[in-house]
Amino acid sequence: MDKEKLASLYRQWNEGLVEQALKKTPERPGCGQTPAGIPIKQIYTPLDLEEGGFDYVRDLGFPGQFPFTRGRDPLGYRSNYWLFMQYAGFGDAEEANKRYRYLLSQGQAGISVAFDLPTQVGLDSDDPMADGEVGKIGVAVSSLQDLETVFDGIPLNKLRQISLVANGMSAIMLAMFIALAEKQGVPVEECTLRIQNDVLKEFISRGAYIFPPEPSIRLTTDVVVFCAEHHPAWLPLTLCGYHIREAGANAVQEVAYCLANGLAYMDEVVRRGAPLERVLPQLSAFMAVNMNFFEEIAKFRALRRLWARLVTQRYGVSPDTNLGLSLVNFTAGSSLTAQQPLNNVVRVAVECLAGVLGGCQSLFPCSMDEAYATPTEAAVKVALRTQQIIAKETGIGDTVDPMGGSYYLESLTGEIERRALKMIEEIEALGGSVKAIDQGYFRRNIDEASYQWQKEVDSGARTIVGVNAYQDEVEVPMEIFRPPAETQARQIASLKKLRQERDNDRVEKALDRVRAVAATEENLVPALVEAVKAYATMGEICGVLRSVFGEHNEGDI
Amino acid sequence: MPKRNRIMLAKAGLDGHDRGVRVVAMGLRDANFEVIYTGRRQTPEHIVNAAIQEDVDAIGLSILSGAHMTMFGKILELLKEKDAGDIMVFGGGVIPPDDAAQLKQMGVKHVFGPGTTMDTIVTAINQTLGQRENN
Repeated sequence: MDKEKLASLYRQWNEGLVEQALKKTPERPGCGQTPAGIPIKQIYTPLDLEEGGFDYVRDLGFPGQFPFTRGRDPLGYRSNYWLFMQYAGFGDAEEANKRYRYLLSQGQAGISVAFDLPTQVGLDSDDPMADGEVGKIGVAVSSLQDLETVFDGIPLNKLRQISLVANGMSAIMLAMFIALAEKQGVPVEECTLRIQNDVLKEFISRGAYIFPPEPSIRLTTDVVVFCAEHHPAWLPLTLCGYHIREAGANAVQEVAYCLANGLAYMDEVVRRGAPLERVLPQLSAFMAVNMNFFEEIAKFRALRRLWARLVTQRYGVSPDTNLGLSLVNFTAGSSLTAQQPLNNVVRVAVECLAGVLGGCQSLFPCSMDEAYATPTEAAVKVALRTQQIIAKETGIGDTVDPMGGSYYLESLTGEIERRALKMIEEIEALGGSVKAIDQGYFRRNIDEASYQWQKEVDSGARTIVGVNAYQDEVEVPMEIFRPPAETQARQIASLKKLRQERDNDRVEKALDRVRAVAATEENLVPALVEAVKAYATMGEICGVLRSVFGEHNEGDI
Repeated sequence: MPKRNRIMLAKAGLDGHDRGVRVVAMGLRDANFEVIYTGRRQTPEHIVNAAIQEDVDAIGLSILSGAHMTMFGKILELLKEKDAGDIMVFGGGVIPPDDAAQLKQMGVKHVFGPGTTMDTIVTAINQTLGQRENN
């Protein structure tokens, strides 16, 4: 390529044709930058890659190899498609069991277990704070007995992956699954368990924390270290950008904050003396796929590359380690509209495409009715079919990283990486993620971004079809899912029965052991396994841990 | 200068989704309301007591977890019990249309669903509070 010739042709074009065209029709406002504020030029050429210092071997390489820009798997989707996932669960254990059986019968490869809020924040279903929340947004699991019912007739090794949205109480949920596998008589190495276990993002955005940040990180690390030793094939930590993004952050902040948290965990893993070479290949990242198609695809590629570079530089791990984050992409719930909800099917399809072009290992589509309620079975089916159509009818998976080499996309990938790195350095300068949380750094920046977004939507500067443009006078009513009303009463009754029937001496002893271990630096997981096997409840175990660790309160703002 | 209305915004129950409530807090402040935001995981009792203590004109509840019928119900009941039924109650979040209609019958003045503009919220609150003062 003759660079000088290209540069001169570009100048001619820019000063000639472009100038003339602009005189006739000015550009649309808003076409000059991405939602994260990255400037967008009229066109991208090899000159832009050159200017950004792009080097194929250094910056892209090959899929499955450092720096993992082109993907984690050498074959991409040429052998296996990504996992078609669905976040599901509601009601009590029996109702959740029915929904899971249905999903599996429809070709679902894995399940992500949604827990109700009391379970997520370590409360039993009969806790006064749980009133009205039992079985909403997820299944109530107060004890191992509930989990046994949830997976009744579903052997854990029959699923390609079970993923758990467990964070504050992740160590307890891990213990329950270990106990469940034993009860089912399934060899644990035949199941793949993925545990979200990213507690820092609960403080930054999602809000399902239990204990203060420091003991929370200890529990997260207990899970990571325990799995590295005993279940090396499991995925014990998923770094979450999704919730940060959904709270209002932009795509660059999503990458930066999520990876800054990742470094906080890895620092702790190193401090505990666990082998990073075993931990790093098992890490996943849970990211949002929002509507700005190219920015999203670039974001996934930038995320993988930046993480691989960060950990090799910071910890000196070999670039031959599989450092490619396993990507769990979830379409953006916040992009769904309550207005003209059928339009959401299209939004989800576009987001799924971007998620796949970003090289995800598993993909969760939202359902069209989620701006109103937990989805109906029919809506969930459309979401599953969406990914099946994308996988099997479009040819999207026939080559690896088909967007690689696009002048625009590579420029964006580089820019996102540079900007995210700068933010990570800012966070490091504050003393890392935990310190940044204490200082309100994340909330401040996310608030600013989300308010800005809302103002743009309100003013019409940002178009959302059906909301601030092309509105309908009369909305067509949709069928809405209703979680069964009697769930809470039934769940509480079964919990009371359990407390009467179990061996309460054994429970007390097991809880004493948990209390004792919590006060030391010893890994808590074995004591937790004993406690859940004795049918100690979520609320009882967390109660004991609260007495040692304290509790996190947000307070008035 | 007219009196600035005081609004208490709250997250009741265990729901952590607070993007909406935080944006509304910023929007109301910019529209010259005095806003107190309680933070997450508040019980209805705490919210009502704080609202009375702070002498607010309205309580805005944000709920995305499906617990809206329980939470709004308890708050309305407690307000009545404590002779503070003049505090206007409104809310928003992920709330099915049928439930929104029922909440309004129970005494919730406004339910703002996804996609509502700040302008709509400000105008609606001002109107309701204005009517109340005229009575």
